[in-house]
Amino acid sequence: MDRFRDKIIPVTTLLAGLVVLWYVFAVIMNAPVQRDMDRRAGEDPRFSEFIGKTLAQAKPTLPAPHQVATNFFENTFTRKITSNRSLVYHAWVTLSSTLLGFAFGTVLGILIAVGIVHFIALDRSLMPWIIASQTIPILAIAPMVVVVFAAIGVTGLLPKALISTYLSFFPVAVGMVKGLRSPEILYLDLMHTYNASASQTFWKLRVPASVPYLFASMKVAVAASLVGAIVAELPTGAVAGIGAKLLAGAYYSQTIDIWSALVAGSVVAVLLVTLVGVAGRIVERSMGGRPA
Amino acid sequence: MQPAHSNTVIEASKLGLTFQTSDGPVRALSDVDLSIGKGEFVSFIGPSGCGKTTFLRVIADLERPTSGSISINGMSPQQAREARAYGYVFQAAALFPWRTIENNVALPLEIMGISRDERKARIKRTLDLVNLSGFEKKYPWQLSGGMQQRASIARALAFDADLLLMDEPFGALDEIVRDHLNEQLLKLWGQTNKTICFVTHSIPEAVYLSTRIVVMSPRPGRVTDVIESTLPRERPLDIRESPEFLAIAARVRDGLRAGHSYDD
Repeated sequence: MDRFRDKIIPVTTLLAGLVVLWYVFAVIMNAPVQRDMDRRAGEDPRFSEFIGKTLAQAKPTLPAPHQVATNFFENTFTRKITSNRSLVYHAWVTLSSTLLGFAFGTVLGILIAVGIVHFIALDRSLMPWIIASQTIPILAIAPMVVVVFAAIGVTGLLPKALISTYLSFFPVAVGMVKGLRSPEILYLDLMHTYNASASQTFWKLRVPASVPYLFASMKVAVAASLVGAIVAELPTGAVAGIGAKLLAGAYYSQTIDIWSALVAGSVVAVLLVTLVGVAGRIVERSMGGRPA
Repeated sequence: MQPAHSNTVIEASKLGLTFQTSDGPVRALSDVDLSIGKGEFVSFIGPSGCGKTTFLRVIADLERPTSGSISINGMSPQQAREARAYGYVFQAAALFPWRTIENNVALPLEIMGISRDERKARIKRTLDLVNLSGFEKKYPWQLSGGMQQRASIARALAFDADLLLMDEPFGALDEIVRDHLNEQLLKLWGQTNKTICFVTHSIPEAVYLSTRIVVMSPRPGRVTDVIESTLPRERPLDIRESPEFLAIAARVRDGLRAGHSYDD
């Protein structure tokens, strides 16, 4: 009952408001084109008819919510998932490179963090480069990566995954540096009184203490991985994937397709972030976390 | 340094420690001469900044002295630490929140490479000793503050060091819990015959627990008085109303007053 009052009502209200706003803007933005089309056809529709037509264009400037919903539903549930028109198929293509890139990125981020925490030289030298790496627009890097790899005969999943890696290692590295350094002096003193070795302190203290930080940064990293995978599909002339679907939609002004591909992308993002969150809660529970 | 007496556990002579801070040097310890024998219960009492905690940390090799000498069982603090000669109890329980109580007690044993079976036996024995049997599988947050501190004492006892260093272990607890734990600590000391160094800023606590009370004062941190307790080893809680107890407490209070400058 509390959940209903505290969560469902506010979320639904906000959502309904957004949908109404979306319809209003759809009418406003599609009206000029519709007026133009009507004039050329010599028609003079009544106001309510005119509104209906602005929300039913084949290539609207801003598709109405129900158009996107219908398109999304058809392309998700009524197509065979092997079909080139199935959003499930495209989402899977993007998802597979997202997951591979995310796995690489997480491992790389953890390794960098361990290096930074344990070697003063790395601490001083690596961080500026890592931060600089994130200031380069991914759209500038992606085509180069793809071209370079294609030149040495590597195409397909790997170049795309590497672009996801490029985006996702950063939050993990930053979060894990903070996590591995999170134990207070008191705990380090305690380990010192036991004459614990550096590796014992690492495995028994720093690693467990960093787990909450790991999952928090993995949530950011998995979303970044998805963005990386989609962006990687844009310049590569990929034939499949959510990015390819966006690009094809843009070529042929299939605005409804673009929007439903965007919806598919956000559904995947929500699923991924939720999955990481659930995994984090399970691990925290098994580590004796206080139930919230 | 004169040869350590066979019964001497800690021998400090002319011990000094000066911290270099941005406001200039701070003399945390100055000319501390002290010898602590086996099986003694020695309390260190004094206002904050008197160096009582610093002295304990020097024994534990958590701070390095800048002058004088100190030996623990005839070894340097570093050697003593490497030989795991002492257990240290901090003011905060410092239990690892992701470990159950039994696994917290197991932590030093794991680090010292003690076998699984032996660990099990020792966990049972030490948790019995601090009256925490039945709480093995609980996580720290499921225990009260007093129970957490008892678990941390169990952890310090688990590897059977003969020396126990306790830095205001009951300072953060309320008086009722503190009385109870003081009683238990005395019992535990009686059962194990360990040497205990105990830092506190409570006069009744110091007098009730100790065989010897070291009164310290700040700026520079130094020992101003060492009081031998005349109380018997067996001490019920109501001994604290006896004239003998009150006399010792009065002497400690005088010592604190004499060493403390009230002009600031």
